[in-house]
Amino acid sequence: MIKLSQRLLGPVTLLLLALTFWLGLWVTPPDVVQGNLVRLLYVHPPIAWVALYVSFGTATIASCLYLWKRTRSANLDRIAYCAMEISVVFIALTLITGSIWGRPTWGVWWAWDARLTSTAILGVFALAYLALRRANDDPALRARRSAVFAILTAINVPIIHFSVVWWKTLHQGASVLTSTGQLNVHGSMLWTMLIGFVGFTLLFFWLLRERYRLEVKRDLKVAHSVDEALALRRREGV
Amino acid sequence: MTRVAWLVATKDLRIEARSRVLLWQVLPFGVIALLLSGLALGPTQAGKSSAGPGLFYLVTLFVTLLMINRSQALENAPGTKASVATLGLDPAGVFLGKALALTIELWITGLVLLAGSVLVLHTALVGTLQALPSILVTLATLAAAGTLYGALTQGGDGPATLLPVLTLPAFAPLLIAGERSFSAALHGGALWEWWVIVVVALVAYTAVGILLYGVLEES
Amino acid sequence: MPGDQVVVRLVNAVVMSNGFPLLSGVDLEVERGSLVVVTGANGAGKTSLLRLLGGLDTLTSGAGDVAGVDLVNGDLRLLRRRVGWLGHEGSFYADLSVRENLVFAARALERPLGDVETALERVGLGHRAETTTKQLSAGQRRRLGLAWLLVRRPELWLLDEPYASLDDAGREFFDRLLGDVLAGGATVVVSAHDPLRSNDLTPRTTHMVGGRVSTS
Repeated sequence: MIKLSQRLLGPVTLLLLALTFWLGLWVTPPDVVQGNLVRLLYVHPPIAWVALYVSFGTATIASCLYLWKRTRSANLDRIAYCAMEISVVFIALTLITGSIWGRPTWGVWWAWDARLTSTAILGVFALAYLALRRANDDPALRARRSAVFAILTAINVPIIHFSVVWWKTLHQGASVLTSTGQLNVHGSMLWTMLIGFVGFTLLFFWLLRERYRLEVKRDLKVAHSVDEALALRRREGV
Repeated sequence: MTRVAWLVATKDLRIEARSRVLLWQVLPFGVIALLLSGLALGPTQAGKSSAGPGLFYLVTLFVTLLMINRSQALENAPGTKASVATLGLDPAGVFLGKALALTIELWITGLVLLAGSVLVLHTALVGTLQALPSILVTLATLAAAGTLYGALTQGGDGPATLLPVLTLPAFAPLLIAGERSFSAALHGGALWEWWVIVVVALVAYTAVGILLYGVLEES
Repeated sequence: MPGDQVVVRLVNAVVMSNGFPLLSGVDLEVERGSLVVVTGANGAGKTSLLRLLGGLDTLTSGAGDVAGVDLVNGDLRLLRRRVGWLGHEGSFYADLSVRENLVFAARALERPLGDVETALERVGLGHRAETTTKQLSAGQRRRLGLAWLLVRRPELWLLDEPYASLDDAGREFFDRLLGDVLAGGATVVVSAHDPLRSNDLTPRTTHMVGGRVSTS
């Protein structure tokens, strides 16, 4: 069952993304106010959802589990690292799609809006995580410190969320689901967006799986070189 | 934990009082940075009090980076780290002690920079004094966060250059909250949201520090 | 463990750092109350061995226990509290005075503060108690490191090239101190380039090469 789902992950992801793009570009109507600009609604919120919650959430959970001695394993460190790498890409896409939407709407590519600024800051967090990993060669030390940093970063995610509400902002407030539970998107638009959410979420897990496999291969190569280094060291003075 | 915290805090403050790095290096840096920031605004904008809170916090940020480095360097001198490690101090206590010492040092620096703010950036004295509680709590939060992030950089490549990369994103929301609350004290406006952000961050960083500082200390 | 006569037990201990094997499979046993001198050329792994024994570095592979603490699954902070470390760089805060450093160590381990004065006199630094550590000579800093250990009274002493920076008088003083420490029941592991020259101490000499023990 698991093997089947693993084999289907890639094709299903591609199918859902293709469906999202087809529905979003050709089937759904333009918005009354935003016109065709609304079509970014089918990609920007899903990408932001993956960037800010799915990838960071995965990295945070894997990091917490890594720090807990009972569940500590190199696999969890790899998952956290790969998830954070992917989040850098998704955060960049969030900002790019947001800018594309923002230019005709606000008149500028970049506005000092709380959500945009906070998302950019979160992107820097993810880059900082990668910088921290590069600064430590010892695998165990690197894994521990990265895990702690990921948890510290997670503290800032709710700050980003609440900054939308508490700071004067040009950004859309909650567009899809308001604080009173009212749904603002209807019909084919809603379905397209939901398909987009599922599709991009699966895309994250597909990328995570592929990146993880690459990281395992890289670690195996390092392990071989460790064996060689040990053999060389033991020959000293013989 | 509290015994160790007090021991470490008094040790750090004693070293600071003896070496006077704060007095002769950090404070002059802060003052010149404040002056430079005024110059950067240009002659017509330099005296505008609306820029004061932001510039105060920007300069405080860079001062904080210097002091975090200094605080961590005390523990990472050759030989010191190994010997102190063999004392087996409670890591939660070490974290609290270092954060407490850094807080006090930041408060001293902050007061000098606030005086500078009033003098050269023309922030109103009354409003600045009203902003003092929020400034002190924000600086304490910077100290707690900085102690954690500072520990993350030690032992790896380029700790001095890695520190800003790790801490600046984390400091950004605190600076936003600090600047907004300082501005609100000067010009009016709601304060409670910014207090919530700073206090929640302080509690969160303190809790993480108490729970996880030991993990960072492991070599 | 009180009844256990073996304080150090290492089995094929490997310690890696940045992809380089500092220790490449050390087998070692040290009995309680004994003096072991670890000799070897620069880069042989002497300091790395001492750091492993002190809980300052972690095992990459292999097994071991030191002072009753398992090196793989045990609490290394507990191990560190049981050992005393004297490195060749110095052991304290450069901006604190001699007395302040020792008081810090005593308070950290909840030892009586009277031990500080005793230690200062024992190592001959009583007259320099208020001197800032960075103003001490290398030999005096070495004596301060010893005073730090006397205050701590660990069950396992780890001394990394302790004879460096000591003149003949200093070496004799050090040998006498070692004798007293051993007589008090502590176990001592010393790293040195050459075997000890002392007539009064009867150490077991262990030679390291290529990150392993070649004679045990």
